[in-house]
Amino acid sequence: MSSNAHGHAESNRLYLIVWGALLFMTIIEVLLAYIQFATAPMLITLMGLSLVKAGLIIAYFMHLKFEQGTLFWALVPMWVLVMILLFVFFPDSFRLHELRFPLP
Amino acid sequence: MQSHGAGEVGVPAWDGGVAPFAIPSKKLGMWLFIVSDAITFAAMLIAYSYVRVASDVWPKPFHFYPSIIVSSVMTFCLLTSSITMVMAVAAAKRADIGATMKWLGGTMAGGLAFLILHANEWMTLIEEGLRPTSNAWGETALFGATFFALTGLHMTHVTIGVVLLLVLALGYKNGRYPADYVEIGGLYWHFVDLVWMFIFPLVYLMSVAVEH
Repeated sequence: MSSNAHGHAESNRLYLIVWGALLFMTIIEVLLAYIQFATAPMLITLMGLSLVKAGLIIAYFMHLKFEQGTLFWALVPMWVLVMILLFVFFPDSFRLHELRFPLP
Repeated sequence: MQSHGAGEVGVPAWDGGVAPFAIPSKKLGMWLFIVSDAITFAAMLIAYSYVRVASDVWPKPFHFYPSIIVSSVMTFCLLTSSITMVMAVAAAKRADIGATMKWLGGTMAGGLAFLILHANEWMTLIEEGLRPTSNAWGETALFGATFFALTGLHMTHVTIGVVLLLVLALGYKNGRYPADYVEIGGLYWHFVDLVWMFIFPLVYLMSVAVEH
């Protein structure tokens, strides 16, 4: 948190801008659902927007941007590594169709 | 935020007298909890995506109205409760107890509105025949299991968050808790909001019923 007194209203405005950006991206997501977009580009767009939203929440609302850099490096790469490990199994889901017994 | 860092304690870095991340230990604890909880939710979302890709058919039961509109309003409630939480933390740092109470109240109201709308959504789906083991629309019974597991765990987090904020608000008002506690509770609240930013598109927006 900025300790100087005049930075108070300024930082409030910054948070309101972030809030507006989050709402705007949510509206885009809902619009995509309304126009029945194709599945693959829809999924990519939704996940892209969600990652941007998550980044904004973590950086500004949760204040990670204003903390010491070591905190970021202690928290985020570990999470990313676990995600990579989880996704190691994911390609199996595409093969499961062929591994099933055909229905009678 | 440098006030908790090196120099304040007066013990050299290698004697353990310094907060290495320049934050209070309770805040570091909350951050570590949040990362582990983020892994839990990510694992559940990946498991949900996995069974969805591996299933031949997947129900798309959410009509744009009312389900998607209502869940969008729920998203709005959570996002707005996040900005009121930011305001509450700023007010607590200024030691402005009245404003802190007001903003924390707004945050709890947003959380409660989310919970009520979500519970109503659950009741509608249960009346339509959705169960963790079966449903009335498709063959894939796993839909109910993933839906209730994901949204249920998230609802539990929101419920805990509202109770936590109430405890923090009362403790801060009585002077038992410092302003830091409000900030640490705020971290948790923002995280609950963040998780919904993934559950909402993956569970709701990817399962919108095809209108004819």
